Amino acid sequence: MVSFLRFLINGISLGSVYAIIALGYTMVYGIAKMLNFAHGDIIMVGAYISFCAISYLDLPPLLAVLLAMAVCTALGIVIEGLAYKPLRQAPKLAVLITAIGVSYFLQNSALLIWSSNPKVFPSIFGSSALQLFGGALSITSEAIVTICANIVIMIALTLFTSRTKTGKAMRAVSEDKGAAQLMGIDVNRTISLTFAIGSALAAVAGVLLCSTYHTLMPTTGSMPGIKAFTAAVFGGIGSIPGAMIGGLLLGVIEILGKAYISTELGDALVFGVLIIVLLFKPAGLLGKPVSEKV
Amino acid sequence: MKKTICILLAVVMVIGMLAGCGSSKTETAQSAPAGSSDAPAAAAASDTASAGSEAPAAPLKIAVIGPFTGAAALYGNACRYGAQVAADEINALGGMQIELLCEDDEHDPEKSVNAYNTVLDQGAQMIAGTTTTSPCLAVSAQAFEDRVFMLTPSASSNKVPEGKDNMYQVCFEDPAMGVFSAQIIAENALGTKVAVIYNNADDYSTGIYQNFKTKSAELGLEIVSETTFTDDTTDFSVQVAAAKDAGADLVFLPIYYTPASMILQTAKTMDYAPIFFGVDGMDGILDMEGFDASLAEGVILLTPFSAFSEDARTVDFVAKYQAADPSGSAPNQFAADAYDAIYALYNASVAAGITGDTPYDEACELLIAQFATLQYSGLTGEMTWTSDGRVSKMPAAYVIKDGSYVAFGE
Repeated sequence: MVSFLRFLINGISLGSVYAIIALGYTMVYGIAKMLNFAHGDIIMVGAYISFCAISYLDLPPLLAVLLAMAVCTALGIVIEGLAYKPLRQAPKLAVLITAIGVSYFLQNSALLIWSSNPKVFPSIFGSSALQLFGGALSITSEAIVTICANIVIMIALTLFTSRTKTGKAMRAVSEDKGAAQLMGIDVNRTISLTFAIGSALAAVAGVLLCSTYHTLMPTTGSMPGIKAFTAAVFGGIGSIPGAMIGGLLLGVIEILGKAYISTELGDALVFGVLIIVLLFKPAGLLGKPVSEKV
Repeated sequence: MKKTICILLAVVMVIGMLAGCGSSKTETAQSAPAGSSDAPAAAAASDTASAGSEAPAAPLKIAVIGPFTGAAALYGNACRYGAQVAADEINALGGMQIELLCEDDEHDPEKSVNAYNTVLDQGAQMIAGTTTTSPCLAVSAQAFEDRVFMLTPSASSNKVPEGKDNMYQVCFEDPAMGVFSAQIIAENALGTKVAVIYNNADDYSTGIYQNFKTKSAELGLEIVSETTFTDDTTDFSVQVAAAKDAGADLVFLPIYYTPASMILQTAKTMDYAPIFFGVDGMDGILDMEGFDASLAEGVILLTPFSAFSEDARTVDFVAKYQAADPSGSAPNQFAADAYDAIYALYNASVAAGITGDTPYDEACELLIAQFATLQYSGLTGEMTWTSDGRVSKMPAAYVIKDGSYVAFGE
C-alpha cells in the first residue's frame, strides 16, 4: 500500500512536469493551429540557462528560474517572429517541417555551446523530504514543488484566459482568426504573446524536470517533449484543463505500468492508452469535436 | 507568394542543415590547431631524420569514424581526441607519418556507412572504428565485402567481430565483462542478493546482463530483481524501488554512466545504500559537470583504464589529451582505447611494411596476418588478439573513494 502511494506520488510528480510542458503545446496549437515541435528544446534551453546561472554565476535558484524564463520568453518570441510568422499563410505541413527544423537547430546549437557531456543539475529545492507513515513514505521536496507549481500555473492560466482582455483576445483568435482581426484584435501580437507564455512555461518545466531527474544534455527536452505532446493530444489538444489531466494521467500510467506490469512495457503502455482513447474519443478527453463544413 | 514560401522553407532547411554539420565542422576546426601546433615539430623531426635523403612518403591514412555530434557524441569525441594524441606522438617520432580522417556518424548505422564511403573516397587504408556498436555492425559488414581492415576501439558487442576475419576489437567483449563481474562479486562475497538494472534498448547493456545472469547461476549468486529502462527514461524510481523492495544488497549496473548517475541519485532519495557494481560504461561518472562525487562513494567498476593512475605513460596521456580535447576534460577509457587502436595499427603496419601507398585491400590481408602474432602493451593493458578478432587483456576493478579510483582490494 505504501509502495503504491509512493509510485502514485512519483507518477503525479512526473505527470505534473508533462502537464506544464503540454500547456505550451496546447496553447500554441489552440491559437496558432500549429504543432510547435521545438517546444521540447526550449525546455532544454531553459534548463541550461538556469544551470549556468546557478553553477557559474552563483545566483539564487529563484533568480535563476526568472532569468531562464526571461531568456526563453525572448527565444520563443524570436523563433516565432523569424521562423513561423512568415509562414502564417503557408500550408500547415510547411510550418510543421519548419518547427522540426527549429528543434534540430536548437539541439545542435546547445551541443556547440554546452557540448555533449551531460551536466548534473543541482538540487535547488534542498534535500529535505516530507516523511509520512513513520518514514515509510517520503515525498521529496522536488515532487511537492512540482505538483504545487503545476496547480498554481493551471489556475493562473485559466483565470488569465477567462478574465483578462488579452486572454479573451487569445480565445477569440483561437476560435476564428479572421473574425478576431475584424473585431480589432491584433492577431500577430496575440500569437507572439502565446509563444512568450508557452516558452516561459517551458523554462519552468525545464527547471522542474532537471531538478527532479538531475541530468542535463542537449537532448534532454526531446523525449519529455514528445510525451507532453502525447499528453496534450490525450487531454484534447487546445484545451488547458485537458493538458493538465492528460499530463497527470500519462505520468501516473507510466509509473504504475512500470511498477506493476513491466518496466519494459512502460512507454508502450503510455502510447497504447493514447491509441485506445483516440479510438473512442478522437478529439481527446476534453477536446471539442470539430465539425467540418463541406 | 508560393515562391517566397518555397524560398523561405529552403532557407530554414539550409539553416537546419548548417546547424547539423556546423558542430562537426567547427570542432574539426578546433582540433586542427591542436594538431597543427605539433605539426611543425613533427616536420622538423622528420627533416632531421631523413635529412633530405628521400622524398617525403605519403602518410598512412587511418579513418576514425564515430559520433562527434548527437546523443553519443561524448564517446565519439573521446575516441577522436584519443586517436589524435596517438597520431601526434607517432608523427613527432619522425618515421612513418599518420593522417587521421575523422568522419561523424551521429551513432546512426546509415550515416556511419556514408561516413565509411566518404573516408574510402578520401583514401583511407584502414579504420580505427567505429566507436559505437550498432554503426559498427553496419560498417563492418560492408568493410568485410570491400576488404578494409577495421579495429574498433570501443564497439564491444560480441557480434561485432563474428564471422568477419578483418574486424578486430581493442575493448573487451560484452560477454567477458558480464562473466568477470559475476566472478568478482562471487569471489569477494560482495553480495548475496543481486538486483540488475539494465538498458534493454542497448546491445551493450543486454549483452553484459545476459552473460552475467548465466555466470551468476553457475556461481550461485541469487538475482532477486531485474528491471529495465531505455535511452529515453528519465524516472528511475520504479527500478530502484524494485531493487530495494526485493532486499538486494548489491545492484549490478551494466549501463553507461548517465543513467547510472540518475540511479545513484534516486537511491539516495530513497535512503537505499547497497553496493553498486558497474562495468566499463560507469567510467566517466566522476567527470560529469556538477556531479556530487559523494553519491558514487563506494561504487565498484570494471575498467581497463583509469585516468587517476600514476603510471607515467597514463599521466602523460592525460595531459596531452586534455590539451587536445577542446572541453579540457579528462580522458575516459574510450579515449585510451582509441589511443591504443592507433598504436596497434601503426605497429602492425610498420611490421608488415605497409606504407601510405599500399591499397586498402592489400593492407587488410597484411594486417590480418600481423594481428595473429601482434603483442602490444598499451594504456589499457597487455594485448594479443585471437584470429577471430577478439582481444585478450585483463580488466581491473576499481572502487571510487573520495572522488577518485582506487584499485579494488587495496
